[in-house]
Amino acid sequence: MKKYSAVSLLRNAISHNRNWQQAWRCPEPRRKYDVVIVGGGGHGLATAYYLAKEHGVRNIAVLEKDWIGGGNTGRNTTIVRSNYLWTESTLLYEKSLQLWEDLSQELNYNVMFSQRGVYNLGHSLQDMRDIERRVSANRLNGIDSVVVDATQIKKAIPLINTSKDVRYPILGASFQQRGGVARHDAVAWGFARAADDYGVDIIQQCEVTGLNRDGGRITGVETTRGSILASKVGVVVAGNASVLATMAGLRFPIESHPLQAFVSEPMKPVLDTVVMSNAVHGYISQSDKGELVIGAGIDAYNGYGQRGSFHTIEHAMAAIIELFPMFSRVRMLRMWGGIVDICPDACPIVSKTPVDGLYFNCGWGTGGFKATPGSGWVFAHTIAEDRPHELNAAFDLQRFSTGALIDEHGAAGVAH
Amino acid sequence: MFLINCPWCGDRAETEFSYGGEGGITRPLNPDSLSDEDWADYLFMRSNSRGAHDEQWNHSQGCRRWFGVKRDTVTYKIERTYELNNTKSGS
Repeated sequence: MKKYSAVSLLRNAISHNRNWQQAWRCPEPRRKYDVVIVGGGGHGLATAYYLAKEHGVRNIAVLEKDWIGGGNTGRNTTIVRSNYLWTESTLLYEKSLQLWEDLSQELNYNVMFSQRGVYNLGHSLQDMRDIERRVSANRLNGIDSVVVDATQIKKAIPLINTSKDVRYPILGASFQQRGGVARHDAVAWGFARAADDYGVDIIQQCEVTGLNRDGGRITGVETTRGSILASKVGVVVAGNASVLATMAGLRFPIESHPLQAFVSEPMKPVLDTVVMSNAVHGYISQSDKGELVIGAGIDAYNGYGQRGSFHTIEHAMAAIIELFPMFSRVRMLRMWGGIVDICPDACPIVSKTPVDGLYFNCGWGTGGFKATPGSGWVFAHTIAEDRPHELNAAFDLQRFSTGALIDEHGAAGVAH
Repeated sequence: MFLINCPWCGDRAETEFSYGGEGGITRPLNPDSLSDEDWADYLFMRSNSRGAHDEQWNHSQGCRRWFGVKRDTVTYKIERTYELNNTKSGS
């Protein structure tokens, strides 16, 4: 792989940008791999990258049914933070945040990670109590979380409406300075390029249609491009996790829901941080292109259709206009939906399964993007060592029968 | 937005309804003898089917009654809605 650098920019500019090296190959699938990763989103590509880099596995394929990064990786609102309530989730997301901080250098690919801070607003006395509790828990876990009041918020974000004469006045917020946003596509591309450099075969337009087993052990996958043998198979397919689980005769505690987001027309910079609100239920940041990136809540019903109902968007928009009355005159440009895999406790499953050699990484629900590097890192460990890393040990499939759930619903400042 | 045919009120907008999750899940009749895995299956495991899906909805802003819906989770097309009773009517 030729390194990207200022020199390479200059050299390629001189040759009219005709000689850029292909960022990753498009190989034909081989007959057999040591590890097959199903799902070429950010999490799957990160898994392949860390498997190769940290664990020395060389014979890896990533199978993607469409094009890489075309699912939820390209459909989220790119927020990164680690201020969760419970220690298990905090440590997992914090690992991810630490990987984010060096990711551009690590991958030699600019993922445009911008630590512009994340505000989680509180609109009631109970919201503020929850925020105080979460921030205290964060600080005990070494997370840079602080409580700010409405005056501080107004000072940092002049556009926001902190008036008391609204239905849901802003009373304060938790703030994490190290949180921020990243460029979603670049994350998939950066991991793909770096994984490819380690010899990982990234095979697009290759849908897995079956998981082959012999007794209680995985032997490979059936795909639209033929059978592939594999000693180990890691499944990272977000909204389609239940579909793949069914192929292995498993039932999962996951329900797939549409989650919608939208962007406005590009504007001059007006918002230099990320604002999220649970109570009025919307979250917003401004992309480097100038678009306001706005996320809604999930649609209530199960759905695989990558679209949701309009009233859900209307609800999020009403929330944003309540927070930023000035944005009422901004026109929306595009909207889309992704299919998120919701677990009963709003926490992921990164786990071995009852089938030997079959591993699942799913259930990230509405907040998977921030976890991309960390998720890949712990999943690679789980696959390579055939046991979870201590950071994801609690996120086992078994927790639903032992009862050791990690209840992040509502408690985490998660917009869900 | 869906147009949902409430068995009692007829076609009404989705915003009048609440979604009640997968239908046809029966509470175990032998709770004392159930294993942890069986409880987990009842409480948490779901078919989450891609395609035909049996689910329950409540006309919460209308007649407030529960009913069954057979809907495709990919096309979102509602095949039919039906009254819930003690017989299995989902299929």
